[in-house]
Amino acid sequence: MRLVYAFLAGSLFGIGLLISGMTDTTKVQGWLDVFGNWDPTLAFVMGGAILPMLVAWQLTRNRTPLVGGRFPAPPRVELDRRLIVGSVLFGVGWGLAGLCPGPAMASLSFGGAGGIVFIVAMIVGMFAAPKLGAQLDRMASAA
Amino acid sequence: MNTEWIWGLTGGLFIGLGAAVFLLCNGRIMGASGILGGLVERSDRSATAERLAFVAGVIGMPFLLRPLIAPQAQTHLTPDLAIVILAGLLVGAGTRIANGCTSGHGVCGISRFSLRGIVATVFYILAGGLTVVLFRHVLGVI
Repeated sequence: MRLVYAFLAGSLFGIGLLISGMTDTTKVQGWLDVFGNWDPTLAFVMGGAILPMLVAWQLTRNRTPLVGGRFPAPPRVELDRRLIVGSVLFGVGWGLAGLCPGPAMASLSFGGAGGIVFIVAMIVGMFAAPKLGAQLDRMASAA
Repeated sequence: MNTEWIWGLTGGLFIGLGAAVFLLCNGRIMGASGILGGLVERSDRSATAERLAFVAGVIGMPFLLRPLIAPQAQTHLTPDLAIVILAGLLVGAGTRIANGCTSGHGVCGISRFSLRGIVATVFYILAGGLTVVLFRHVLGVI
C-alpha cells in the first residue's frame, strides 16, 4: 500500500501544481518580480497548500503512520551555513528560470526540450551537492 | 473577472492534500528535492520504490490529465539554454545543500512552524526576488 499512497500523493501534488499555474514560469517570476507587474497567485498556492498540512501535523500527535513506522522527528532548530547558502543558491536559480523541483517534474511531459535540459542540469547539481556542501563546511572551519 | 487566484488556491489545496497523504499514510515529508535527490544519491534504498512511485505520479498525472483540465497550460520557459542550465544547476545543488525546497521547507516546514523551514523560505524568496530584479530590470536578460 505504501507505493499506492506514494503514487496518490505524487498525483495530487502534480495535479495541484498544474491547475495552480505553478508549472508556468511567468507566474512564478511574476510573483518574485515586485517591481514589475506583480502576480499574487503564488501566495494563494502556498496558503492553500499549508492549510491541509496544518491539520495533518495535528493529526500526527500520539499516532503512527497508516503503513506503520514513525512520523518524522520534530524539526531541528539550529540554523547553519548550509541552510542559508543552499537556500540562496536555490533562490537565484528559481528566479532565473521560474522553476523549482516539483514543477520541473510536473511539467516534464509538456515542457519541451528546455524542460528536459533544466531537469538534467538540476540532477547534475544534485550530484554535485554533497561535495559543495563539504567544501562549504571546510570554508566555515577555516574562517 | 480574474479567477487565477481561485485556481491558485484550489491547486494549492491539492498540493497540501498530497503532502498530507504522504505524511499521514507513509510517515514521510513531501519534499520534491529530497525525493528526487534521494533517488539521485541512492540513499536509503528501502525508500527507492516509494520515491519512484511518487515521481511517477508527479510526472504521469499532469501528462494524463492536462488535455482534459488545462490544455492551454505551458511552461513559457526561457529559450536561453545557458540560463536554463545555470538555473537547473543552482536549483539542484542549492536545494540539496539546504536540504529542502518550496515543498519540503515551504509547505511542510512552515505548516509545522519549523524555524529552519521558515528561514529557508525567507532566504530563497529574497534571493529569487533580487535575482529577478537584477536579471530582468537591470541586466535585461530574463
